[in-house]
Amino acid sequence: MIPLLDRRLIFVTGKGGVGKTTVAAALALFASEHGKRTLLCEADPRGDIASYFETSPTEFRARELLPGLWGMSMDTEASLREYLRLNLRIPVVGRIGPLAKAFDFVATAAPGVREVLIVGKFCYEVREDHYDLVVVDASATGHIVGQLSAPQAINELVKVGLIRSQTDWVLEILSDPARTGLVVVTTPEEMPVNETMELAVRVKQETTVELASVVVNRVLPELFGRSEEQIFEQLCQEDATAELGRLADGDAGPVLQAARLAVTLRRTRAGHLERLRAGIDPEVAMLYLPFLFTRSHGLRTIRQVARSLGEELGF
Amino acid sequence: MARGSPRVPAAGGSLSGLLASREIVVACGPGGVGKTTTAAAAAAMAAARLGGKVLVLTVDPAKRLADALGLKGIGNKEKRVPEKAFTDAGVKPEGELYAAMLDTKESWDALISHHAPDTRTRDEILANPLYRNISGRFVQSHDYIAMERLFEIHAEGTYDLIVVDTPPTRNALDFLDAPERMAEFFSSRLLRWLIVPYRSKIVNFASRPFYQVADRILGTQFLSDIAEFFILFQSMYDGFVERARSVQRLLADRRTSFIVVSTLEAVPLREGEFFAQALSDRQLHLGAIVLNKVLPSYLRDPGGAAVAARLRDDAAKLAAQLSPITGGAQVEQVERVLSEVGSSYLDYRVIAEREAEEQAELETVPETLVSVPFFDTDVYDLKGLFRIGESLWGR
Repeated sequence: MIPLLDRRLIFVTGKGGVGKTTVAAALALFASEHGKRTLLCEADPRGDIASYFETSPTEFRARELLPGLWGMSMDTEASLREYLRLNLRIPVVGRIGPLAKAFDFVATAAPGVREVLIVGKFCYEVREDHYDLVVVDASATGHIVGQLSAPQAINELVKVGLIRSQTDWVLEILSDPARTGLVVVTTPEEMPVNETMELAVRVKQETTVELASVVVNRVLPELFGRSEEQIFEQLCQEDATAELGRLADGDAGPVLQAARLAVTLRRTRAGHLERLRAGIDPEVAMLYLPFLFTRSHGLRTIRQVARSLGEELGF
Repeated sequence: MARGSPRVPAAGGSLSGLLASREIVVACGPGGVGKTTTAAAAAAMAAARLGGKVLVLTVDPAKRLADALGLKGIGNKEKRVPEKAFTDAGVKPEGELYAAMLDTKESWDALISHHAPDTRTRDEILANPLYRNISGRFVQSHDYIAMERLFEIHAEGTYDLIVVDTPPTRNALDFLDAPERMAEFFSSRLLRWLIVPYRSKIVNFASRPFYQVADRILGTQFLSDIAEFFILFQSMYDGFVERARSVQRLLADRRTSFIVVSTLEAVPLREGEFFAQALSDRQLHLGAIVLNKVLPSYLRDPGGAAVAARLRDDAAKLAAQLSPITGGAQVEQVERVLSEVGSSYLDYRVIAEREAEEQAELETVPETLVSVPFFDTDVYDLKGLFRIGESLWGR
């Protein structure tokens, strides 16, 4: 399979709450630090990728956030305006208002039109070679298939016209695994793992995009090996706990209880991780990111995640 | 079921008052925080403790939830949770629990059948390629149909309480505004404008530029498909708009209350707060905030932190001193265990402290705050739901 960072367009998706945006931001940051002119796109106009980089809000027009790293937010009206300007070569400055409104209307009724405009914009950046890599913080797992399969849906509905010829080249870029890949972010928990496995199947059946990688976020550290666990159990005996508390000058109970919680948590998650591994095509690269026991989020976190990602990618 | 005083706010960190006094409780909030499970646990508790007929309406096709409820899968039609599932969990229920899942396509079809003026129009709409696309995969249509189905079930009057799990929407508020938007959509002048040329064949002067552009982008065939769809839909206009308004009224009614479910992680919590604010902006009743997966308080024990630091820093010395107890084990291994145990506590403490702070900040919100502790095992049966339910009920 083609290495992730050799591709040109990477869609990052994941169930809500698993760290999709963090991973997308970290991936883009890592690529930019490795000499790739990178564009990080936010598909959701309500997103706040800017806060991850501790900068003012991103807009439709890309802005350099850090050296080699540009950021933009999707805005369908601006995208339509750009599309019309590029494709129809008509001055739509004055008329864009009602036209955008009408478009919005059509798009509400005809699913896929808006998605094509969104996905089309990302593909356009790839086609025009404006960047080495485009990373998209895409829709969550519930909507990503709809977004990625929209060009096909439109192709079925629309037989002629400009949008049809647009979907042809968009589809070509999306379907090319050398250029485009999907990354699914998950955590080793029950529901995210289930959704990831279901999504892998749907992506294969309903879209032409290749699943390039599964990023398992928030992997907990292993506390003990087997023999160490026996020692731990010994320490948890009432007498031993009391003695440990005496030696350490306090109550050792909460500390041991917390360790047991950590062990149980890790074990439950290991089970889900195994299920995930068994359920995903072994060709698909699995990348593991550690749970971060930190206070904050923001640029510092993104840098930490970028470093871990880099190690997992073999840099 | 007690219905006497619906206006008394629930108090003391419990959902019991809310569930006893409302007819509809809508669970909303960010994705991935256990919304579906919380809704199911609340409904199960209400059925067990308060009695009456309780329905949990879920949009999540989780097989696990069906299993947990002792059902062989949940469909669009409500299914009763067998009494045996309760007795297996060691609970003797006062009332009955039902579950249903939202099937978007089926619900849309039913809605069309209900509103279509005649069978011909109905069949034409059901066969229209655009309609099939909308009802099948159109994301936003989930939002409207979820609320529509809620309205329908409520109107039938079968249930004393309906607990609804909301769809994971791109925009957290879509489903709240969906009925209003649907009404707006069908009463819009733009819609009429769009379909005029396909009715009269005379494109008026003002709209000509639009059609020229639209034609070039979308193609004539597609435009006329759209127009046909809207013309068909217009026949149902009055019914649809009226229905959407009714749905809207029901959500704003005092018999309905919302609970926001979130965890104490930064991103979901921010979204949860945004949600709470949005509800109050719309003058919808926020009954409670449920904080899920809250880490145990022993992680914030100040004495615990001191012991943990000693374990981590003096592991070698302590391991040697402990050798009478640990017996045959190698001192190095004991040292490693102690140091791991200490570090792990301090790691988790960082998270627990951060969560406590987030919660303290949140407590200024003048609403019922319910916290559900972190459970280290997943929910597989009704017993697991009741464990969560006990926390929802408060101590």
